[in-house]
Amino acid sequence: MSILSGWGQYPRLQAHLRKPQSSEALCALAQNSGPAIARGNGRAYGDSAINSRCTIDMRALNRFLQFCPDSGQLVAEAGVLLGDIIATFLPRGWFLHVTPGTKFVTLGGAVAADVHGKNHHKEGGFGAYVDWLDLLNHSGQILRCSRSENPQLFQHTLGGMGLTGVICRVALRLRPVSSGWIVQKRQVARDIGQAIALFEQAQDATYSVAWIDCLQRGAAMGRSLLMLGEHATPADLPPKARATPFAPPKRWHLHMPITPPSWVLNRATVRAFNALYYWQGARGPGHSLVDWDSYFYPLDAILGWNKIYGRRGFAQFQCVIPLAQAEAGLRSLLAAISAAGAGSFLAVLKRLGAQESPLSFPMAGYTLALDFPVTAKTLALMQQLDTITCHYGGRIYLAKDSRISREMFHQTEPRAALFTRYRQASGAAGAWTSAQSERLGL
Amino acid sequence: MSRSAVLILGAGSDMARALAHKYASAGHDIQLAARQVQRLAADQADIELRHGVVVSLHEFEALDLGSHPGFVQGLPSLPGIAICLVGLMGQQAESQTDMQKATLVMRSNFEGPACILGLLANAFEQRGHGILVGIASVAGLRARASNYVYGASKAGFVAFLSGLRNRLARGPVHVVTVLPGFVNTKMTEGMALPRRLLAQPADVAEAVSRATQKRRDVVFVKPIWRLIMAIICALPERVFKKTSL
Repeated sequence: MSILSGWGQYPRLQAHLRKPQSSEALCALAQNSGPAIARGNGRAYGDSAINSRCTIDMRALNRFLQFCPDSGQLVAEAGVLLGDIIATFLPRGWFLHVTPGTKFVTLGGAVAADVHGKNHHKEGGFGAYVDWLDLLNHSGQILRCSRSENPQLFQHTLGGMGLTGVICRVALRLRPVSSGWIVQKRQVARDIGQAIALFEQAQDATYSVAWIDCLQRGAAMGRSLLMLGEHATPADLPPKARATPFAPPKRWHLHMPITPPSWVLNRATVRAFNALYYWQGARGPGHSLVDWDSYFYPLDAILGWNKIYGRRGFAQFQCVIPLAQAEAGLRSLLAAISAAGAGSFLAVLKRLGAQESPLSFPMAGYTLALDFPVTAKTLALMQQLDTITCHYGGRIYLAKDSRISREMFHQTEPRAALFTRYRQASGAAGAWTSAQSERLGL
Repeated sequence: MSRSAVLILGAGSDMARALAHKYASAGHDIQLAARQVQRLAADQADIELRHGVVVSLHEFEALDLGSHPGFVQGLPSLPGIAICLVGLMGQQAESQTDMQKATLVMRSNFEGPACILGLLANAFEQRGHGILVGIASVAGLRARASNYVYGASKAGFVAFLSGLRNRLARGPVHVVTVLPGFVNTKMTEGMALPRRLLAQPADVAEAVSRATQKRRDVVFVKPIWRLIMAIICALPERVFKKTSL
């Protein structure tokens, strides 16, 4: 038995962890294990990738199998990290179509959570670029699934949190780029209304995301720094860099050497950080050229940053509020957060586009994500935020969740009952369960 | 221009995979040799895609000594570096009672590896350059009760490599003996091993690559093993025989 947790280090659960070294070993394991769940690099925040009886560590199955330089289609085993894909294919002029905020997730994990990036409003989620996948099902068969072959299973697997089977191989379309740089444009929003207005004006921007100060109240509530981005062409680069547009960025990696006591992060330190960050951002240049690593993965530079919240771990709250209700909903959420004085450094606001899928998180609207150290007070606050989310017709992101109640989950997710019915009818329900799916009755 | 090819004998293991990636990342073409070598097709594609080198697969049965000359002939080119990872731990309890199983351990760790490296040594010598690497084990420095059949056969291999190095020392061909301690692989999965003594397959690859660059003779993957084995080897037999290590 080992102790497993997600990236938030909450909850920590005892589990049997198995690490198959080959597809054959994986099939044998899945047939003999009883209910199980696949696990990638452990970057889901909560209990999505933990099954106490059998958790299948997929990281040894991490081979690139095929790449077509004409179409940009990469076929790879599910345990490949997105960072490996970038390291190998960016020098040849290819990048990911969709990337989450860390490159340390596996391909299989990205498909299972149908992750989104800063371009969701314009280009959709990760699953939109999956041509096909090979899925190990409950009877030990590996099934090819795509939009034309086993289409139901394919759709339920994108965003299905590993609950339809084990994703073994994925054919992913990459994006041609002509440099590893992003032209970034920064805009300042004095409050939440202006932030939304700026997002709506920026619908054509490829990438958009905002850092939001969630401790501000009153007139400055929801003040934000909006960051828009486009892939740079060699012409955008300084003359010296034009010859090597894919040169790897020079970056320091810091390790969090210790777990600081949890009182280090309190209202005063977070407020001071937020003020500093906002003013520095508001004063700095509006346009800049940023390397891909700093632009997409700022937190990856601090390896083990999840320890900053102390030993008790942390929970991330991420919800999406539908477009029509977005401003009212966000105001209500921010009012509850600032009243509790429990803000976090890493509050992010983002416009999402429309998406039809059985269980994927995105819908047309605004998503707000923030971290809280786990305490009785913040757990109560997050329950309050769940209620507000539900009231405005929103939903929460399973890849980030570690604590929502079953009742609240089903109130926010009318799709869950259909998903469960599909799982029962297809035989997947008895074979694939996670601590999260058991907690939520999914 | 790509660098000379690296031949990996016993290419199915975790250590072999790490070694193949290490040398491929430095621009060497890779020749993977193993039993049922087609199972390594995914590794072949993976290494080629990641590192842009040519990877070839070669059927190799270390215990079929008669097939060795044909195997060497069949390689697309005589490699610049040959690394032998062929070996078998076996179960000591079985090796004590079942002579067939004991012989299999002995032949897998000593006879097969020694014969193929001997053959390659002659070819390298004739050509005028090359490096041979034998992955032995610290268990070969002093055999102990818990795995002496394995240890003794590794000891034979260590002695063979030492003699071969001595024979070739005045010429251009070099021989490296690698003595890994515990390595985190399929072979050691499930064993309770002290973490400070445990190397990762990537550590072995790093140590081997450094050893071939600097033409080292005998390398331990984790330096602490040099000290541990110095102490164990220094124990008088009358003390050693009563230990349970």
